[in-house]
Amino acid sequence: MKELLEGSLAVAEVVRLCRPGVISAYPITPQTHIVEELAQIVANGKLNAQFVNVESEHSAASTVLGSVACGVRSYTATSSQGLFLMAEVLYNIAGMRLPVIMTTAARAISAPINIWNDHQDVVSLRDSGWIQLHAEDIQEAVDLHLIAYRLGEDKSIMLPVMVCMDGFILTHGLETVNMPSQEEVDKFLPPYKAPYKLDVTNPLTLGPLVDPEFYTEARFALNETHKEALALIPKITSEFSNVFGRNYNGLVEEYQMKDAERVIVAMGSVCGTIKDVIDELRKKGKKVGLLKVTSLRPFPSSHIYEALKNATKVAVIDRALSLGSFAPLASEIKAVFFGKVKKPKVISSFIVGLGGRDITRESIKEIFRLLTGKEKQGEFIDLKPELLKESYE
Amino acid sequence: MKEIRIHARAGQGAITTASLLGYAYFLKGMYPYAFPSFGAARMGAPMNAFVRVDSKPVRLRSQIYEPNYLLIVDHTIMRGFNCFSGLKEDGVAIINAKEGAIEVPKIKAKQKVFIVPANEIALKHIGRPLGNTSMLGAFCAATKELSLEDLNAAIKHRFDLKLQEVNIKAAKEGFDYVRSISV
Repeated sequence: MKELLEGSLAVAEVVRLCRPGVISAYPITPQTHIVEELAQIVANGKLNAQFVNVESEHSAASTVLGSVACGVRSYTATSSQGLFLMAEVLYNIAGMRLPVIMTTAARAISAPINIWNDHQDVVSLRDSGWIQLHAEDIQEAVDLHLIAYRLGEDKSIMLPVMVCMDGFILTHGLETVNMPSQEEVDKFLPPYKAPYKLDVTNPLTLGPLVDPEFYTEARFALNETHKEALALIPKITSEFSNVFGRNYNGLVEEYQMKDAERVIVAMGSVCGTIKDVIDELRKKGKKVGLLKVTSLRPFPSSHIYEALKNATKVAVIDRALSLGSFAPLASEIKAVFFGKVKKPKVISSFIVGLGGRDITRESIKEIFRLLTGKEKQGEFIDLKPELLKESYE
Repeated sequence: MKEIRIHARAGQGAITTASLLGYAYFLKGMYPYAFPSFGAARMGAPMNAFVRVDSKPVRLRSQIYEPNYLLIVDHTIMRGFNCFSGLKEDGVAIINAKEGAIEVPKIKAKQKVFIVPANEIALKHIGRPLGNTSMLGAFCAATKELSLEDLNAAIKHRFDLKLQEVNIKAAKEGFDYVRSISV
């Protein structure tokens, strides 16, 4: 049914429809509305789940680690510093092969403290073993949660999935959303049957000490599973489209790419703004396109190669930094083309929209303009040079 | 596509205003994107809320720099801040202020400004100086974007019982006020 919903409430509602048995979270802006709403839903008896209030994100992550280890579908959500406080546990969740589903309301990181949106928090967790999916709009955020449960809980995968949605822009924005019915969700997402779980009658150890004899293979297997997830995601999204009628590729989305010469690669809500700019530039005859990366992990290298191999010039937008090195997404896009014969002449890298700095149509046009020139390396868009002259002396 | 920018202080209900407006458009089959922009996340700090609406889903995620319509919920913000920045040539602004409390801002030939004592209207009906629904009533009359019925439907969706009743009254008085001064 079509409704006008705040992103956070839409996500809380779809989580309810997924029937988790345990929810544990600690509130942090801009994730708060999601877990507030879920607490209310549980308190009102609209979801038969245990909402575990905890004193920190570390405990929230530990709680859902425990509950999924006991075979119960679980959910948590966080942002920014909260995600970092969870980090130690998150690696364990992935290593123990526990399909926890988490929403991250993507937000800048301290210091300086900043509550607004960018991707520095989520991108820094890219090596944790979690599958990481990025939503462009509220509808996609809703749908990715359904896909996340199916994917993570698949017996061949058994991995946690993080659904990333831009803080404020999507969490606090209201948009028309087609909310699925319980019947549809039940059809798409069967109850969770854990292939292994903590059970006193069948004792099992998860995450024990593993010596050098075995550790490499455990990590190798984790990495192999990510490759399998790459193959499984399109199958799940095609099933998704049969049930819900909405089409996602789940890995990447191509927009006006057929004859595109200049292409922007980006993730998240900025893709909407980019699409609008592309429509405007296309009317003027400019051959521009967008490659949206939905799945950052697993990283769909071959899909990206196929999509970009014929483009002349590519601009990669990062809303995050790898301080002291190349921007994270840009370096991976470049890696895709290393040693390849067919490749774009230019792969430029742009940093934009840190800590909630507004990304306007002009910001995107500027990137397309700069793409007509020489290759740029980590070029900041909308930087205020006058602020750099300020000093504490 | 129409763009509406709301200027207010945190705690004055600008987000509610944006979502009511968004909902009224939604009920008409339009696609709104209503969103806030916070400053320091402190009550009383100047903040904006926005509504961007189109007949197809809105994809543009930036803030609104060239609004068609302005709702200035707290006129004291105008002292230190150009709320009129970027207002379209034929834009319409609604300012919440008592009659005679502020000078009518200088505007371009085709622009329109309506000064509405929304707080007084709200005090009368709601008992608190929350002029949002009377501002929205004024918006309907001033822009003809929405009918009062459209707005009432959104108010009914948002509020129950007594609150619904008083907000509908406040909206109507805001609507009538603009009608009375724009004849």
